[in-house]
Amino acid sequence: MRRLLSLSFAFFFVALPALALQPPSPPDGFVPASSLPGQEQLPAAPLVIVAYAVVWLLVLGYLWSIWSRLSRAERELADVSRRLTTGQRR
Amino acid sequence: MKKVFVPLLIVTAGLFAYAPFAIQNAPYESTMGLVQKIFYFHVPSWIAMFFAAMVCGISGAFVIFAGRQDADRVAQAAAELAVVFGLMGLLTGPLWGRKAWGVWWQWDARLTSALVMWLVFVAYLLLRKYGGAGSEKLSAVLALFGMANVPFVYWSVNVWRTVHPKTSVVMTLQPSMGIPFLLCSLAFVGLFAVLLAARVRLENVRASVDELYLALEE
Repeated sequence: MRRLLSLSFAFFFVALPALALQPPSPPDGFVPASSLPGQEQLPAAPLVIVAYAVVWLLVLGYLWSIWSRLSRAERELADVSRRLTTGQRR
Repeated sequence: MKKVFVPLLIVTAGLFAYAPFAIQNAPYESTMGLVQKIFYFHVPSWIAMFFAAMVCGISGAFVIFAGRQDADRVAQAAAELAVVFGLMGLLTGPLWGRKAWGVWWQWDARLTSALVMWLVFVAYLLLRKYGGAGSEKLSAVLALFGMANVPFVYWSVNVWRTVHPKTSVVMTLQPSMGIPFLLCSLAFVGLFAVLLAARVRLENVRASVDELYLALEE
């Protein structure tokens, strides 16, 4: 009984870790990239370029929007001030 | 503000001009590779959005409790910026997620709470545009709710299980990644300040036009 116990002890604490430390088995053959999952096939560069382009387009678009609204409002301000000084009504 | 505007504009433009070189020199992240470089504009756009949400909320509080008209103009400008910067984050995030997670979108705590916060500010702008007279106070309350969302969105990744990286990622960045990230963050905060100043000026000019129209009628 004691021998059986020491054998199983040796198996669990020596043999199992040793088996676990074995190098992974070499591949049986090369796998073409096209058969990888979709996520791994996807190229990163277009996603990065689109992300930076989106940010720049939004910034430039918003700047243009502020500039055009501000110049319209300033034109209106000048127009109303002129009418006020000449005493005109709408 | 006028004295600070031009130097701030120059510094922000300089930071944005240097940002591509800093991002290019930053190393690839070990598991995600090139796509992780979206991080350098994605996170700073959310930082700017959080700033905008807080400015909008604080200005909203001044509108509610002090009835300040100038604060209302700042709140309106900040709400628009919150929508713009939030849109940047919401569009760049899925482009990163598509490669990193294999999906464009996940209905997890971080992504959903960020979307809800963005929708609060969209609702603010819609209320201001179509709410008619007296919508200032109602929209100011909405701004407070929008601001109250900020800590929830920020902490959501640490509290709930999510596919999104945790907040500790930023704190533990190595200098080779941390310095470009800091530069981009400063550039976005600078851009926020510049755009806020320009947008507040627009509201001030509009207010002057309204006052002059009233004077003309009298």
